[in-house]
Amino acid sequence: MPVTNEVLESELGHVTNPSEQQHIRSLWDEADPLMQDISVSLIKGDNNRVDQLTKEALESGFTANTILDEGLIAGMAIVGVKFRDNLIFVPEVLVAARAMKAGMTHIEPILSASGIEPIGTVIMGTVKGDLHDIGKNLCIMMLRGAGFTVIDLGVDTSPEEFIEAVEDNEAGVLGMSALLTTTMPNMGRTIDAFEEVEMRDFVKIMVGGAPLSQEFADDMGADGYGKDAISCVDLAKAFMNPEAEHSVSSIA
Amino acid sequence: MNSKSQGILERISNGEVLISDGATGTFLQQNGLEPGGCPEEFNVSHPEIVQKMARSYFNAGSDMVLTNSFGGTRFRQSHYGFADKVDEFNRLAAEHAKSQSPPGTFVCGSVGPSGEFLEPLGSVSKEEMYKAFCNQVTSLEKGGADVAVIETMTALDEASIAIRAAKEKTNLTVISTMTFDKGPRGYFTMMGVTPEQAAVELVKAGADIVGTNCGNGIDNMIEIASMMRDATTSPLLVHSNAGIPSLKDGEILYPEPPDFMAERFMRLKEIGVNIIGGCCGTGPEHISAFSKLMKENKGV
Repeated sequence: MPVTNEVLESELGHVTNPSEQQHIRSLWDEADPLMQDISVSLIKGDNNRVDQLTKEALESGFTANTILDEGLIAGMAIVGVKFRDNLIFVPEVLVAARAMKAGMTHIEPILSASGIEPIGTVIMGTVKGDLHDIGKNLCIMMLRGAGFTVIDLGVDTSPEEFIEAVEDNEAGVLGMSALLTTTMPNMGRTIDAFEEVEMRDFVKIMVGGAPLSQEFADDMGADGYGKDAISCVDLAKAFMNPEAEHSVSSIA
Repeated sequence: MNSKSQGILERISNGEVLISDGATGTFLQQNGLEPGGCPEEFNVSHPEIVQKMARSYFNAGSDMVLTNSFGGTRFRQSHYGFADKVDEFNRLAAEHAKSQSPPGTFVCGSVGPSGEFLEPLGSVSKEEMYKAFCNQVTSLEKGGADVAVIETMTALDEASIAIRAAKEKTNLTVISTMTFDKGPRGYFTMMGVTPEQAAVELVKAGADIVGTNCGNGIDNMIEIASMMRDATTSPLLVHSNAGIPSLKDGEILYPEPPDFMAERFMRLKEIGVNIIGGCCGTGPEHISAFSKLMKENKGV
């Protein structure tokens, strides 16, 4: 079924790269008009409507997975492109993420009761000495939306806390955030700490934050750099899919 | 005539270009502040270092220095458990700078973002935000500040509230600056404000002087400053980073050295920026290099 929702069609117009538009458009190939409506409400950041439509969809027999994939995640794909291309900014992404959360409240319990394995577990935290968490929290919302189990260690996280969390949760991915140039070196120190306890090979480490760069990430020995919440999700997905690993460096 | 009786705005309207200072955080770190430690607490525990910082910048040629109070709102301090110290930290920050301030120079009370989003995006009400900024700016004035520098702002609503607090509760001259990122469609703050918008709206909110600080090296700052210059006739300030930092053997390295920046500071002067100084990664050496160039230039 093609995209029938007019608002969604005009939102797709923001995706100017033809192959990217084709890919994103295909997310709705099978989508019911109700799913398209959920996507549009999410893009607009209308959390009440997403809440209500998700409930309605579940009641009328749509599976949690369908709503997640064809409603919420598909909508988030457009939000991601608009954010990357400077068409929207942090406020609009925050309200979209909030709308996503409103839908997830209904979906998550069903997914976890159904025993479907999450894509993977990601440990997230702001490094030691740094109290900034806006970017990290955005990443967490997007990761959860993409189907990851995320353990949020909050701000001011020591290397020992990161190590313990990775161990306890058998997490395959660790994400570290820093806003301050003064706390950025603590990312490298945390990576070193993983080396010291001989756990570095068991976890993929991604880093992000305003003052960071790809060079920075390479220098400290991280496996990936995400310049925003969208690339953070792309990275985590790539880490979960080792065959595609060679493409990881091209994401950031 | 650079007498103290002349305010900062008079000096600017007389055609003078004022030299500001360099970074605070980097300086304190080089002098014992732990990464992630509370900089404002240094006003109580290490007054001699905070004073030395102001002295170093004045000696380097700064006409004004910023106080060690960037994170001085209740919101930031509560993360360290110092919410009840806000008045003391800010007052001392201004006193320390004032104690080193030669005649004809200015003490500028630094006011950074609260780190919170306003309702409905976040959980903080406009009234709470206003109150927090009122506390900070009145304490800075009590300690002897001449100016409030509301800096590194990304949201117009928050910046406007801070400007209003300073205007309504103090007699300080008010400077307000925002931080922009270069994206695929040009310069925007994280919240989506353009340099032109910032110039117009911050003036509308009551700022006497507007501008940009942090987030960019000097070349980007020159572009941002030209955009702001085209959008407003109000005085402009630029505090530029010494480039985007890289990591070298576990240490943070800022790529733009003093002479490189000083030369480009002169370009800022040419496009009509009225107050010029540094942000992250700049130190007294940068100010000293710029001050020297300014003097040579005057001689010509």
